[in-house]
Amino acid sequence: MKLFGSKPPLSAWIGLTIMAVYVLVAVLAPWIAPFSESESVAGTWDPPSATSWLGTDNIGRDLLSRLIYGARMTIAVALATTVLSFLIGTTAGFLAAVGGRAVDLLLSRFVDVMLSIPLLIFALIILSVFGSSIPVLVLTIAALDSTRVFRLARAVAMNITVTEFVEVARLRGEGLWWVMRREILPNAMPPLIAEFGLRYCFNFLFVAGLSFLGLGIQPPLADWGGMVRDNAQAITFGLMAPIWPAIAIAVMTIGVNLVVDWFLSINSRPSGAMAEM
Amino acid sequence: MADELLRIDDLRITSVSGNVLVDGVSLTLKSGEVLGLIGESGAGKSTIGLSSMVYARAGCHIDGGRIGLGGVSLRELPVEGRRAVRGVRIAYIAQSAAASFNPAHTLMDQVCEMPIRHGLMKRAQARAWALELFRALDLPDPDHFGERYPHQVSGGQLQRAMTAMAMSCRPQILVLDEPTTALDVTTQIEVLALLKKLIRDYKMAALYITHDLAVVAQVADRIMVLRKGKMVELGETEQILHQPKEKYTADLVAERAAGEHFAVPSIAATGQAVLTVEHAIGAYGDVVCLHDVSISVGRGQTVAVVGESGSGKSTLARLVCGLLPRKSGDVRLHGQSLAPALKDRTREELRQVQLIYQLPDVALNPRQTIGEIIGRPVSFYFNAAPAEVAARVDELLTLVGLPTDYATRLSTALSGGQKQRICIARALAAKPDLIICDEPTSALDPLVADDILRLLKKLQDELGVAYLFITHDLGIVRRIAHRTAVMLRGALVIEGPTQAVFSPPFHPYTEKLIASVPELRTDWLESVLAHRNAAPAVVV
Amino acid sequence: MLKIIFGRLALGVLTLLAVSVLIFAATEVLPGDVASAVLGQGATPETLAVFRKELGLDRPATTRYLEWFWGAVRGDLGVSMTNKRPILEEVAPRFRNTMFLASFAALIAVPLAVGLGIVSAINEGKLVDRTANVLTLMTISVPEFFIAYVLILVFAVQLDWFPSLATVNSDMGLLEKLYVAALPAVTLTLLVTAHMLRMTRASVLSVMSQPYIEMAFLKGMRRTRVIIKHALPNAAGPIITVVALNLAYLIVGVVVIEVVFVYPGIGQLMVDAVSKRDLPVVQACGLIFAGAFIVLNTLADILAILVNPRLRHPR
Repeated sequence: MKLFGSKPPLSAWIGLTIMAVYVLVAVLAPWIAPFSESESVAGTWDPPSATSWLGTDNIGRDLLSRLIYGARMTIAVALATTVLSFLIGTTAGFLAAVGGRAVDLLLSRFVDVMLSIPLLIFALIILSVFGSSIPVLVLTIAALDSTRVFRLARAVAMNITVTEFVEVARLRGEGLWWVMRREILPNAMPPLIAEFGLRYCFNFLFVAGLSFLGLGIQPPLADWGGMVRDNAQAITFGLMAPIWPAIAIAVMTIGVNLVVDWFLSINSRPSGAMAEM
Repeated sequence: MADELLRIDDLRITSVSGNVLVDGVSLTLKSGEVLGLIGESGAGKSTIGLSSMVYARAGCHIDGGRIGLGGVSLRELPVEGRRAVRGVRIAYIAQSAAASFNPAHTLMDQVCEMPIRHGLMKRAQARAWALELFRALDLPDPDHFGERYPHQVSGGQLQRAMTAMAMSCRPQILVLDEPTTALDVTTQIEVLALLKKLIRDYKMAALYITHDLAVVAQVADRIMVLRKGKMVELGETEQILHQPKEKYTADLVAERAAGEHFAVPSIAATGQAVLTVEHAIGAYGDVVCLHDVSISVGRGQTVAVVGESGSGKSTLARLVCGLLPRKSGDVRLHGQSLAPALKDRTREELRQVQLIYQLPDVALNPRQTIGEIIGRPVSFYFNAAPAEVAARVDELLTLVGLPTDYATRLSTALSGGQKQRICIARALAAKPDLIICDEPTSALDPLVADDILRLLKKLQDELGVAYLFITHDLGIVRRIAHRTAVMLRGALVIEGPTQAVFSPPFHPYTEKLIASVPELRTDWLESVLAHRNAAPAVVV
Repeated sequence: MLKIIFGRLALGVLTLLAVSVLIFAATEVLPGDVASAVLGQGATPETLAVFRKELGLDRPATTRYLEWFWGAVRGDLGVSMTNKRPILEEVAPRFRNTMFLASFAALIAVPLAVGLGIVSAINEGKLVDRTANVLTLMTISVPEFFIAYVLILVFAVQLDWFPSLATVNSDMGLLEKLYVAALPAVTLTLLVTAHMLRMTRASVLSVMSQPYIEMAFLKGMRRTRVIIKHALPNAAGPIITVVALNLAYLIVGVVVIEVVFVYPGIGQLMVDAVSKRDLPVVQACGLIFAGAFIVLNTLADILAILVNPRLRHPR
């Protein structure tokens, strides 16, 4: 079967399947989870049983249910963040490429300074002032992440802007908006889509990391990073409680990465390392 | 045969995606002989050249055939044996010198690398030989030239250095892959002479790969014509040029010969000129690149602007379009002055001057359908309804000789010639009075270029559109231009009716330009060199 | 070339200044008021006024910024809001600890990653390369705390080879410190190596597809020689940039690792300060992290300039 004009290898199929399963679980959570996300069903860190397939967490809630509900929160927040970051970053990046030197200089210098502060550090600073509600979280990470997207979008748009067909549009007298939307955007899609996948993974891990540090998604909302944090102590008893949500995070990211890898490989050339002699 | 050096039998090379790049080609090369490989792009000439060293680029695979050097089958040798042949017995000279040198090492290191690493010479000996080669190749300051890095020397010097590198092991065979294609005509002649002398003095055999029939006629003893990986014809140079047996060969010869005669009657400009450029000065920042240029184009006329690279011809086009705002002077369209910068011009002014580019691949948006590309100027300039636009698109496609069902297709899968036709259709969609053609046929194969030229001429006759035709090819100028302007380093050297410019008495630069274009006779190079014997060689 | 280097240094200093303004602005010069943001909705006007007075928030922003920055340059980072101690006292030993951990990891990771990255690129498409690709992909796909906990589970709990809490203090000898910090260092190493390997591989592959590499093969040079003498000298610049970029990433990765292993470093200090909303400490830590980041990036750019043959031998 062909997708995007080429046959996906096994790894890409695995990735696509993983992504599909996760999305399904997130959407159908209320119907497939055995319990709700905040009810106590047994004692602390009870081992797996017939009712509670993965056992319970640090205050007796069913791990499996929390895992399923956690999918919604973690995936949705990461998705919202990435979409927002992309909208900001791509628009700004394209503007910098076509809007002339002054606009470019202003935007680029500003972004350069923002990029000089590590993402985590900057996020921590902002969160320390505004707190960690969901809107603040999404807005902050989106704003910071958009700088990385800006860099790529600008580079891609610059390459396209210097082509003759864009010059043709300019010579015709087309406006800036038309050039960005009809000439540049369609040609920028492949690298942007790949980058979307990569940024999604990054944001996904980032939100989980923040939640793990206690600064991300706040309880009692179920999310995987927070679940790792809550159940961290269990590791000293050799229990798998904090490992399950961590595995859930890992598998999602691997899945998306596999698909992105395949997407990128469609367009690559063999290098000189493989010449026949 | 006794002194048969290289013998390739039934060579077959395919790409990993299954395309056949070379299909059953056989050739022999005797010691001291030069064999020219000629053909259009995609003919497989470079691939064959590389295969003589049993080398295939990534993505290609030598499927079948025998490659014999001095009787030994190279394909059957182990890896070490094949490696020992490269550079030592067969050396490769690439098209681009800048791409062949490693920016991190000195020229001397790279020139001496082969003999030292192959165990043929010790370092001191290799250096001495390199110095001798530098002198033989007329390089400046030969004793210290080798200490420089590739980015510190000029393009022409780098090319000579590449030749020295190829000669460092005194190979028996040289594979020359389009060695003069990237050079200006005036430089080309020096390099051609040098190569011919080297081959003769060192008694080497050579495979000379090119797409220019006139160039290969100067150096080759025999010529092989290739097309899409298959051999079309093989024969002595004189026979190929004057009595070609195959139609394809005859077409190639005819196309090249056509540029040697005048075809267009020079007509005087009638009525008001479409475009008038008066004393225009153009500059990038502080650097002036156009000095006081004045030129005019009449209705339905073709005015050619010729010059070598750096002459400013493309800059002139950009100045007229408004992409490079002029510093002073005037540009008038139908008598009305145009604003210097593009953004200050009206839509109507922009409509009347259209541009066609050299590389059709990058001039078309790969994500738009052909109908969208051609239709946009119609809807943009004339506010036409969609039905009207579609009808006009069909009309234009027919006008340029393309089927109307192309309107829904993307342009990416089409050939160079077809893409250029789409560019022409797009330009015509605006119903312009003037089309600026910036080397529209330079990137196309000769036979395809011929078609495009005929099309442009036909369109001019039918629609009365004027052309400002920028080119470096004098053959094209003679065929289609009513008037010609010659440019050198940003200034206009001479301007007038084509026949007058190209007939004596010549302006010295025009004379030089004309003399540097190879003609389709084998003794051309000798006669030009004999003519120049008094003057010292121009070293680049 | 010296001119370019000085230019880059100047840019680094300017960036540091700009970043300090940004950090200061992010914490103290915001729409809405810091006091109500920190104290919450329920704060009374009196408590808000006291808070503002205490932090000196009633003075103009520029004065506060200059005071803060000038103090920071001289080593006075202010006083912590939670325990009222000078921040410098808290930060200095922790900074040393973090540097120790980061250097420990870097010393192992850099040679490992660059070496394997080059080997991977040379053997593009073969088993070695594909295995490395899969392993590194898995490593960068998992959150840092996952690797940390798996390592703790295996090496600390089940095998009991290493302690699961990495509490170092200044009285420990070097060997003991190395032992206690081993697990966190290994975790960090794994993370950074994976990223660095992939990026090194990409850089070397990009050099390998240059035309002068093909020319070297056509000259009959051996594969090893082409790689070592022709490809690597040109890959040096990009690889240096990759290493510096990842060392900068190391600084960030250290934060989560310190929390997992309860390692007394500056990362853990910052996380605590953020949850306690101790703004002066957050500002100070932010400035230090950003400063280290900028220093590393500047160093990388300068090294890349020094290695570039076009800049070393101008026309």
